[in-house]
Amino acid sequence: MPFNTFKEYMSRQDVLAFAVLALLLLVVFPLSLDILRLNQVGKFLSFAFVAVGLVLCWGYGGILSLGQGVFYGLGGYAMAMYLKLEASSPENTSIQSTPGIPDFMDWNRITELPWFWVPFNSLTVALIAIVVVPAVFAYLIGFAMFKRRVSGVYFAIITQSIAAIMTILIIGQQGLTGGVNGITDLRTLKGWEINTDFASYVFYFVCVAMLFVCLFIAQFIRMSKVGKILIAMRGQEDRVRFSGYDIANFKIFVFCVGAAFAGIGGAMFTLQEGFMSPSFVGIVPSIEMVIFCAVGGRLSLPGAVYGALLVNIAKTTFGEAFPQLWLFAMGLIFIGVVLALPNGVAGVYNTFFARPVDALMARVLGRDKTRNTLTVPEQGVTS
Amino acid sequence: MFSDFTTAELGAIFAMQGFAGLILFAVFVLMALGLAIIFGQMKVINMAHGEFMILGAYVTYVTSNMFASHIPDFFGYYFLVAIVLAFLAAGALGALVEWGMIRFLYKRPLDTLLATWGLSLILQQTYRSVFGAREVGVVTPEWLDGSYRLTDMIEVPINGMFVMAIAVMATIAVALLMYRSSWGKQVRAVVQNRPMAGAVGINTARVDRMTFALGCGIAGIAGSAFTMIGSTGPTAGQAYIVDTFLVVVFGGAASLMGTVASAFTISQSQSILEFFMGGSMAKVLTLLTVVVILMLRPQGLFTLKVRR
Repeated sequence: MPFNTFKEYMSRQDVLAFAVLALLLLVVFPLSLDILRLNQVGKFLSFAFVAVGLVLCWGYGGILSLGQGVFYGLGGYAMAMYLKLEASSPENTSIQSTPGIPDFMDWNRITELPWFWVPFNSLTVALIAIVVVPAVFAYLIGFAMFKRRVSGVYFAIITQSIAAIMTILIIGQQGLTGGVNGITDLRTLKGWEINTDFASYVFYFVCVAMLFVCLFIAQFIRMSKVGKILIAMRGQEDRVRFSGYDIANFKIFVFCVGAAFAGIGGAMFTLQEGFMSPSFVGIVPSIEMVIFCAVGGRLSLPGAVYGALLVNIAKTTFGEAFPQLWLFAMGLIFIGVVLALPNGVAGVYNTFFARPVDALMARVLGRDKTRNTLTVPEQGVTS
Repeated sequence: MFSDFTTAELGAIFAMQGFAGLILFAVFVLMALGLAIIFGQMKVINMAHGEFMILGAYVTYVTSNMFASHIPDFFGYYFLVAIVLAFLAAGALGALVEWGMIRFLYKRPLDTLLATWGLSLILQQTYRSVFGAREVGVVTPEWLDGSYRLTDMIEVPINGMFVMAIAVMATIAVALLMYRSSWGKQVRAVVQNRPMAGAVGINTARVDRMTFALGCGIAGIAGSAFTMIGSTGPTAGQAYIVDTFLVVVFGGAASLMGTVASAFTISQSQSILEFFMGGSMAKVLTLLTVVVILMLRPQGLFTLKVRR
């Protein structure tokens, strides 16, 4: 067991932050929002998975991936492929010239299910693929690059190119992937309607539950020795290498974890929205995901969730009302966060509120003796 | 895939596609030159590079309209004025952006990426508000119309050759500036060792600003040249950004020769593959090859040998 006590796993501040987030997502939102809005929040939360993964990769590991949309898409497509196959049973698709294959394949004159679709007839395979496919893909990319000590801006550019390639590929191979429209018209999961209000409620809570699973895993990594090494690596990579650690393996590990989280997020999106399309894979969505993380605070796990929520809520409400101003606002948010708030919303909280809240907790609960020795002073972006 | 064509046809196809590839090459070179300076020399990831290019294109559009309405007699020469104006406008905006934003971020290269992406959104929306969402095109001067017949199967368009000429001239100018002028010497000194360059009396902040402005200015020239072969929309710049970055990285970020060589390789392979397997697959295959090569040889084709 890497932690002796619970406090080594979560400081008091962390517990508070997780508890507030849980209260907001599990009680406040479901009680105050109607199902349409709640479904929307659930969709935003699917992006929070990516942002949480980015906190680990980028905030802690210093690896900026501009290709998280690829992993989000892989997870989402894995889920969508299963649902699509279920929706295109021979009975449902009897009017097609080849019954039993998805409709877009039939339109593109494909007469046989392609080999990589076949395993997705099984729900188990699909569920495993949601996590494993993005992680394996991330492993291949990470292995090829980190072992050669490629990182920083080059890594960002190459992952971005991969996102571009992926989009072109999905759009170009219309018969195999559904093309630019993506995989639509998903109806049932094991015979259970997924487009009803009740299903939306269920998926919302599943999504929140999965998000917390990811948050707890991320918190575990963050507070464990791996997390400490990641922080050390971000600061002085060479010194960590000279201390005998294989830097590349840590980077690959954290990149794979980030990819797996993104994959789960993508699957959650598919379930809640009922479709998946290449518009969540390419360069623009991938950069937006980085922005969710940056706005929330690249070093704060709950912050990443808030970041995803805040930017998306602003985008839907403000963006719908003033579509022209929104792009200006979005651009200014990018620049403002980078220039003025490199640690995002969480950074603002840490500067202005963390101390009084801590003092208040100390008064109510007694002094937290372990705190000073255990939390790493996260100065974040210094240079 | 070759069996359907006769040898003569294949030759003509390769020549025509090769020429189309040369135009693409010119486009890549023009785009990548500015980026090679900004990214290669300064390690700043300018995601708004495409938007600086579009600025040049819109400047050309406005200039051509001005000439058409005020001095139609000289319309044939508007492009020569426009290309200078495009350079100045994009360069001035570049200097402004460096002063207002980039200079705070030199130590955080990944953050320049996010900030300039924000800038690109703002610029895109500005273009959309000012010029409308529709693509605009300019009337090319008469002397650029038509094409030149090499043989009865091979034809080369004149505007394409003109764009190529601009690319060649811009490359020579940049090469002279970087390797034959005292200013270029200062830039290279700052790149190789910033504190030392400062210690011998080079105003590094000023060099940074001028370098960034120059890179953006060249993007403006690129945009101006683009109006000769295509139309311009507010988001047209985004389409080129990945290609351009790959060209620069593939060439070896700090090497001008490398940039030209990689632009040539990428554009030629893409253009020739395009004929046989369609645009999207050709692009996928080209980009994928480049990415795989970069994974095997991260430093790119040409490397600058500098002791660090």
